Amino acid sequence: MAKRTIIPFGPQHPVLPEPVHLDLVMEDETVVEAIPSIGYIHRGLEKLVEKNEWPEMVYVIERICGICSFGHGWGYCKSVEGNLGIEVPKRAEYLRTIWHELSRCHSHLLWLGLLADAFGFESLFMHCWRIRETILDIFEDTTGGRVIFSVCKVGGVRKDISNEKLAEIAKILEGIKKETAEICDVFIEDGSVKSRLVGIGTLSYDEAVELGAVGPMGRASGVAQDIRTDGHGAYSELESFAPVVETAGDSYARCLVRIGELKQSMEIIIEAIEKIPDGELEVVIKGKNPEGNFVARLEQPRGEAYYYSKGNGSKFLERIRVRTPTNANIPALVKTLQGCDLADVPILILTIDPCISCTER
Amino acid sequence: MSERKDLIQDFVPVQAADLLNAVADLKTAGYRLGQACATVIGDDIEVMYSFDKDVVLKNLVVTIGKSVPELQSVTGLYWYAFIYENEMHDLFGITFKNLALDYKGQFFKIAEETPWNKGANAAKSVVEVAPATDDTDVATETTKGDE
Repeated sequence: MAKRTIIPFGPQHPVLPEPVHLDLVMEDETVVEAIPSIGYIHRGLEKLVEKNEWPEMVYVIERICGICSFGHGWGYCKSVEGNLGIEVPKRAEYLRTIWHELSRCHSHLLWLGLLADAFGFESLFMHCWRIRETILDIFEDTTGGRVIFSVCKVGGVRKDISNEKLAEIAKILEGIKKETAEICDVFIEDGSVKSRLVGIGTLSYDEAVELGAVGPMGRASGVAQDIRTDGHGAYSELESFAPVVETAGDSYARCLVRIGELKQSMEIIIEAIEKIPDGELEVVIKGKNPEGNFVARLEQPRGEAYYYSKGNGSKFLERIRVRTPTNANIPALVKTLQGCDLADVPILILTIDPCISCTER
Repeated sequence: MSERKDLIQDFVPVQAADLLNAVADLKTAGYRLGQACATVIGDDIEVMYSFDKDVVLKNLVVTIGKSVPELQSVTGLYWYAFIYENEMHDLFGITFKNLALDYKGQFFKIAEETPWNKGANAAKSVVEVAPATDDTDVATETTKGDE
């Protein structure tokens, strides 16, 4: 047996945007085992539920993450709304869907840029982030914020987007669709990109199911699971919606799924803009506090997220629990690292699109 | 318009002793584990395991005592539950028996032990350490200055 060496990877490492630690057990250049450690930035955000009344808690939950903050706010509101038994006006549901899908575009473009940067394709990284900037401009224009929007509230949304502005957004998206397609073609066709992704870190369908992989990580291995199919938001009123699925299970397949979802999200937004009804933005909730249990789920850019709320009839929830997608994908990451080359470790970590802030809350 | 499957909320109370059988039944029926979490309710802790099949959830709810909380681990059936069970161990002080990958309290690096259930570890040590008899050698704590 070859001599085994343990290489500590992280918590601080050039390829890691956030702290996570892996003990990589190596035989020569091959990883035979990876033991993960997290917990360096646990902030105890869920515990703040004891000090913040439920209408204010949405501001805390939004701050779990800077990439999918809107989705976290929506997931929290959805859970408390379920607890209160209220139905959100249609226009608010459409606006939430539009902002959420814009977040997915921005998240996937960010990820594609980071991936390009990881394998040394600097110009591709810059093009991805240039397009992403346009999405951030739409956020700023419609919410006033580029990272945290604070437009989602229990019962609806705080801000409207005028129909004229929505038409303008649709026009912008039509414009960047062509640019996006050109950049995506590089990821799909370029030989140097393929050489870093094809056949690297393969996760079979059975392994993805057995390890509970979610989001693009699972869908790249053929697991056709997407919470957008459960009938919430404006998704149920779309012409057609089916999860983007690949079957190869390798890093290239995970890249293809995100490219497919990026294009799909733009189509969803354009269709939602065409169909958005006029009407109220929120249900006014007075003299009522959440009582009981409700588990809401949302398909975040990184995968399925859980939002469990437990109310006791007071202004303070007894519990809010957020289970984020990276949390669920760590076991699958550990599996894909087994047998890979040391040089591929950064790429493999990136292909689960890890968000440690989300994971630790 | 499709059915609102997200509004189907199924919470099933389960006795701690029956948990593994209930989880095994769900696994056989093709459910996947979505998440697990704990909530302190007075003198008890409510542990909830959420399972999904065809985007519909089923939640198993187990209630255990808060002072010395213990539960059988489900990692024998769903290995990846180690993520949730280690988290519940660190935040609530719950001991999971037969936990497949036990971080022994090092999963989260937190300033305060078991913040949602303060004193859980101290209560455990009282139960676990056998009372010293007169002829028992009692080790004294060694401080850095003594070394």
